[in-house]
Amino acid sequence: MNHYQEIIRQGLWKNNPGLVQLLGLCPLLAVTTSLTSALGLGLATMLVLLSTNTVVSLIRNYVPNEIRIPVFVMVIASVVTVIELLMHAFMYNLYQALGIFIPLIVTNCIVIGRAEAYASKNAVLPAAFDGLMMGTGFALVLCTLGAVREVIGAGTLFAGADLLLGDWATVLTIHLYQADHQFLLAILPPGAFLVMGFLIAGKNAIDARAAAKAKPVEQKISRARVTQVSAQ
Amino acid sequence: MSFKIASSPHQHSQKTTAQLMKLVALAAIPGIAVQAYFFGYGVFIQLLLAILTAWCSEAAVLALRSKKIKVKLLDHSALVTALLLAVAIPSYAPWWLVVIGTAFAIIVVKQLYGGLGNNLFNPAMAAYVLLLVSFPLPMTSWLPASPVQHIPVGPLDAVCAIFTDFSCSGYSVSQLRQDADGISMATPLDTLKTDLSQGYTTAESMKKPVFGWLSGEGWFWVNLAYLLGGLFLLQQKVIQWRIPVAVLGSLFACSLLAWLISPDTNASPLFQLFSGATMLAAFFIATDPVSASTTEKGRLVFGALIGVLVFVIRSYGGYPDAFAFAVMLANMAVPLIDYYTQPRTYGHKPKGAR
Repeated sequence: MNHYQEIIRQGLWKNNPGLVQLLGLCPLLAVTTSLTSALGLGLATMLVLLSTNTVVSLIRNYVPNEIRIPVFVMVIASVVTVIELLMHAFMYNLYQALGIFIPLIVTNCIVIGRAEAYASKNAVLPAAFDGLMMGTGFALVLCTLGAVREVIGAGTLFAGADLLLGDWATVLTIHLYQADHQFLLAILPPGAFLVMGFLIAGKNAIDARAAAKAKPVEQKISRARVTQVSAQ
Repeated sequence: MSFKIASSPHQHSQKTTAQLMKLVALAAIPGIAVQAYFFGYGVFIQLLLAILTAWCSEAAVLALRSKKIKVKLLDHSALVTALLLAVAIPSYAPWWLVVIGTAFAIIVVKQLYGGLGNNLFNPAMAAYVLLLVSFPLPMTSWLPASPVQHIPVGPLDAVCAIFTDFSCSGYSVSQLRQDADGISMATPLDTLKTDLSQGYTTAESMKKPVFGWLSGEGWFWVNLAYLLGGLFLLQQKVIQWRIPVAVLGSLFACSLLAWLISPDTNASPLFQLFSGATMLAAFFIATDPVSASTTEKGRLVFGALIGVLVFVIRSYGGYPDAFAFAVMLANMAVPLIDYYTQPRTYGHKPKGAR
């Protein structure tokens, strides 16, 4: 398997930041009340990861080892500030909907984690690709969670997509069902934990099934004992 | 000969789980009957729906976990969970409410934690909280007790109301709750809470028709019937006295203190004891052998904690009744309570002794 394929596999499935490393749970659980805001934050985080991994990898040979963490944090903070200002300028409604969680990307452990664990030890191209794939993995989990919670809780899918993608995107909104009583719990924080638990359980079940399929059970040959144990 | 080393308690009881659970269900019968008399025959339909859902979901999960379905189903623990949830939700609530609640209780709260004996939380109360948080309106739509009902409701109306949201004569559940002036009547605890927040005194609020002798009209008798059932459980040694006494004692003490300080803004202690779910919760719900504390001192602490929490939430919280929240919060504290209340092992000196 080539190096880049391995990065894809690690980021999207085997070492998925949301499902396996369980990093960045705070925005993961707080923002995923709808697919739109989940996608918005997912894209923002992905962009941050891509940029920080690239920059950290570029400067990795010039930063003294002792002060690398503060330097990485400064890089991350600047990148997040840039992205926050960009969203403020071009996606004001979504910026307001996501609120504090955009600046909070700074504290997302995935970002500093990838900078320290991967980007500071690898060349620019693999590091950038790793950031992209980790970000995509995180965004996919966010979107799944957001979609499930939105469908269960509000009966819609992609409501408010125009906040993210512009006015044409109102056609993307799907009304699945109309109920007199909404299943509020799915939108509230406990719903996030419940759905997240089921997602992780589902991933583990798929992995277990794959492992069972890949490794056929070794047939043990049982032998009858033919010699007697000598009594001494 | 083998010496089986089991952890405490070392007392023997001849009763099996199934027998205990059957006794609990039996003891709830007077309460259910009185509830049906005052609040309509809907409670029987809710019971039926809940028990059917509980059996189906329990069997389904047991099949997935490849356990022995028949043995586990016949321990009747699912039946008791279903029963407790069905009597806790309003009699005329739509059918899907109790189905969602029971399925959640059995599948998520009980079986996902490992089945009977492993669940952290009381399944019925966790499901009640889920329903109350998700669907606040149908979960609080109690009809007024039958003596104060403006529109009479028959047994057939219960079927119609639960499955179609309208009684057979075409009234919606919210219309059934109205008095002669077309104003919805809330439960006594809810009415009192609203009135107190609007500046009425307790005595002024109590003049409303939903209140009866000592507590709410009908609610007093329901609580009394559950108290009787609870005493039967005590007599049969299905439950121990510590948890119910601690729950009722601490609720009584807190409300007595508040009532003595300010009788105009607080309900009387007896009103608190005979309102809402007090007796049902103290004898049937808080005494759940799985999720409650297991040490003797711990049970007193556990019960007292529930009583205090109920008083605090009833008086200052956002919900009129609070047993589900109180029991769940106390369930969370159980590992800590058990840790600090371990009894002295025989032959060991008490802590600090030389």
